Amino acid sequence: MSLRNPLARAKGLGSAKDGTSHWWHQRLSAIALLLLTPWFVILMVGLLGDDLATVRATLSQPLTAILMTAFVLSLFWHARLGLQVVIEDYLHGGTELLMQVIVKFAFALAAIASLLAIGRLYFLA
Amino acid sequence: MATPKRPLSPFMLGSYYRFQLTSLSSLLHRATGVALAIGSLVFAGWLAAAAAGEGAFSAYSAVLASLPGKAALFVFSACLVYHLLNGIRHLAWDAGHGYEIPKAYASGYAVFALTIVFTAVLWYVGLTAGGAA
Repeated sequence: MSLRNPLARAKGLGSAKDGTSHWWHQRLSAIALLLLTPWFVILMVGLLGDDLATVRATLSQPLTAILMTAFVLSLFWHARLGLQVVIEDYLHGGTELLMQVIVKFAFALAAIASLLAIGRLYFLA
Repeated sequence: MATPKRPLSPFMLGSYYRFQLTSLSSLLHRATGVALAIGSLVFAGWLAAAAAGEGAFSAYSAVLASLPGKAALFVFSACLVYHLLNGIRHLAWDAGHGYEIPKAYASGYAVFALTIVFTAVLWYVGLTAGGAA
């Protein structure tokens, strides 16, 4: 027998049922970033002060393009999931809703922009 | 629904709540995470500028190489090192390791010390080998 109020059940209140999925994707993207970030940092330090031609030549190498695609996808997914929780914890009501929408759109756009940039450098090299 | 003006948790910080290394490192994990989320957008802009062309790229590079740009990059790099190292600590906890208080403190001190070392090495290499960005 359920102790839950039937009205709450009918309205679909209670757990949103995707808590484990959020937690798991946060960890999965964390592991991906743990592996990719040292590579990313070494790459970027190596590119410091280089001109555009060198930067483009580096980023258009196949392995670099693959790892960079994996890095930006993991990065923006991880950032989006993390900010979602921070907003849930500290903002409430209309402000929370507005910020959740802004953050989700902003990071989706950042991911799309990054993928198009990597693709342009890779395919037009 | 009425929302009474109750004090939320941050009001405890400072005057009523004594920070411990464990709570401070947890708080910093969040703060650095938020900073890095902003930094990730700056990186997306850099990629887009590199794909766009010479004008956009040199303008973007000039902003990053300016003093405020360098200061922001320094903060982002320190946040990245800290968040990465403390993230390993979190993943170990998630796997059920290192919960004992002495271990949690030891790993916390290790993260703080290694953050300073790695960030310093990164900037030493960047400023000597990479030129003036």
